[in-house]
Amino acid sequence: MKKLLITLVALLPGLAIAAGGGFSYPLEKARIDLEDKASLQRGAALFMNYCLGCHQSQYQRYQRTAEDLGIPLDIAKDNLIFSDQKIGEKITNAMPAKDAGKWFGKQPPDLTLVARVRSPDWIYTYLKTFYVDENKTFKVNNAVFKDVGMPHVLQGLQGTQEAEMVYDTVHGEKTLVGMKLTQKEPGTMSVEEYDQAVNDLVNYLEYVGEPSKLDSHKIGTWVLVFLAVFFVFAYLLKKEYWRDVH
Amino acid sequence: MWKNLLDWVEYRIPMMRVANMHALQYPAPKNMNFWYVFGFIATVVLVNQIVTGIWLTMNYNPSAEGAFASVEYIMRDVDYGWVLRYMHSTGASAFFVVVYLHMFRGMMYGSYQKPRELLWLFGMFIYLALMAEAFMGYLLPWGQMSYWGAQVIISLFGAIPVIGDDLTLWIRGDYVISGATLNRFFALHVIALPLVIVILVFLHIVALHEVGSNNPQGINIKHPKGSLKEDEKTKFKIHEYYTSKYDIIDDVVPFFPHIVLKDLVAFTVFCAAFAYVMFFNPEMGGFFLEPPNFEPANPLKTPEHIAPVWYFTPFYAILRAVPDKLFGVILMFAAIVMLALLPWLDRCKVRSVKYRCGLHKFNLALFVVSFVILGWLGIKPATPTYTLMSQIFSFTYFAFFGLLWLYSKNEKTKPVPARISK
Repeated sequence: MKKLLITLVALLPGLAIAAGGGFSYPLEKARIDLEDKASLQRGAALFMNYCLGCHQSQYQRYQRTAEDLGIPLDIAKDNLIFSDQKIGEKITNAMPAKDAGKWFGKQPPDLTLVARVRSPDWIYTYLKTFYVDENKTFKVNNAVFKDVGMPHVLQGLQGTQEAEMVYDTVHGEKTLVGMKLTQKEPGTMSVEEYDQAVNDLVNYLEYVGEPSKLDSHKIGTWVLVFLAVFFVFAYLLKKEYWRDVH
Repeated sequence: MWKNLLDWVEYRIPMMRVANMHALQYPAPKNMNFWYVFGFIATVVLVNQIVTGIWLTMNYNPSAEGAFASVEYIMRDVDYGWVLRYMHSTGASAFFVVVYLHMFRGMMYGSYQKPRELLWLFGMFIYLALMAEAFMGYLLPWGQMSYWGAQVIISLFGAIPVIGDDLTLWIRGDYVISGATLNRFFALHVIALPLVIVILVFLHIVALHEVGSNNPQGINIKHPKGSLKEDEKTKFKIHEYYTSKYDIIDDVVPFFPHIVLKDLVAFTVFCAAFAYVMFFNPEMGGFFLEPPNFEPANPLKTPEHIAPVWYFTPFYAILRAVPDKLFGVILMFAAIVMLALLPWLDRCKVRSVKYRCGLHKFNLALFVVSFVILGWLGIKPATPTYTLMSQIFSFTYFAFFGLLWLYSKNEKTKPVPARISK
């Protein structure tokens, strides 16, 4: 029975030939570290400066963010809140949804949970792979989000990139098989600095997607330790009662 | 003082009598192995779902406008709300893991056979109610998968001839899934179905204690009155409800403390697995919480790929294996009905797989493999290769029942020992 199971499971990948859906740009790995408070704080600052103009984080409050990231409330009030909002309020902007739809074609999505919807690696790669495309409204396109409606907000930091498309003939059709991005004009940051900045931002988005993660790993560890100790006692008690049963 | 109080109560309700009859002096076969812990664990998970559910409703807002935000409110602003929410979401999947193992145990050791047919049927009704409960609960967070998953499943009823369209309209309470659907699903999820499930679980246990627990050998522990010698009878104190009707052989232990302690050990291990998922991996790689469900429901934007939650995927794969929608729906429900008919499809007199023929062992293994692979296929997009595989394994799924009916009548079984141990 076991042998049969193993054989059938081993056969699965062979049978399951995934149908290729064209070229997809390989995702780069974001370095997520929720213990790195400095990185989270820099990410929060980037978010408030560059993202919050159009996107919101409407399920999360400023105060919670400041407390979790170890930012004193008065500093947070002066440096993270750019509107007349109170520290206990949710992180929102004043852009009317109707106008947003008109300006961008659709309302910019809320970003509170974007890391849970898209994955941190996807956002990390996305923010690094804008390239110049004169045919687009905002003169940019993106390697992982084709025909994106968002302008490259971090262009001042990163500079501009050019894309070189690699085509090949597959089944007699000209198909996109690769994409190579090269720096065109430099930004105010070096490549390494920009990578770090984007990583900080993604780290922050990962935090804000699930703030409870900061606690859950700590509590979870203690729960597992308790259960391990409890198991020993439960097992010994059971053994004691069953000793005379043969 | 304590004794007087107990007597005072006992005179008015049968508290100790019930405790003795169903726990302290209830005879359970001593050879029940680890497959026998899942009934106990399922009960604990049910309690977990009810308790965390009550607390979740205190902050949940059942409206199309507020549902999604209220879940995030629970996750962020309610103290330890995330613990409640993850206990509930992990509990939903854990419930199915445990119930599937519990059902497989029954199939392996022939626990559905006479006289346990009704016990098995109550179990099947619990399973059905549980599926409805889980389906309706999944709409409540009002995410993209909540919305579109419900859309797909409700539209299945549209395949029924003549009344189909009216029926889907009646279920939704609207022409599309809307706040009206959410409100009625909320009502059914938090009160109607839990009540049904609790009553069915009660009946399941009553039926179990009337016929007694089966065991891995499938050997009876109750013998006709007067057929056993005095030294063959159990030394444990067994309630007279059982001893007045039967001779209980010396192969039993009382449910409490022996079986309860054994269950407690297994329960601790289960809790560790549960805690790991809940605290470290609540999404379980997108199986327990699907990533698109972190996006609010949008009736104007269909997700690229709609997949039901993992516990429905075997049946979803069977549905998609059939090109005709109505026939697919029929086949999907038939897959569940066949399980309910097991006590009558299996005509063998020997219960445990240990003493049954090689073909039965192979058949049962093939059934498990089919079920698992169908579950895997149900989350995959419907490419031609996958559809062909779904058709093959749907066939083997149903073949299990047909073959069982054929060979079980005159099956060549191994001799079953008279006693569990000697």
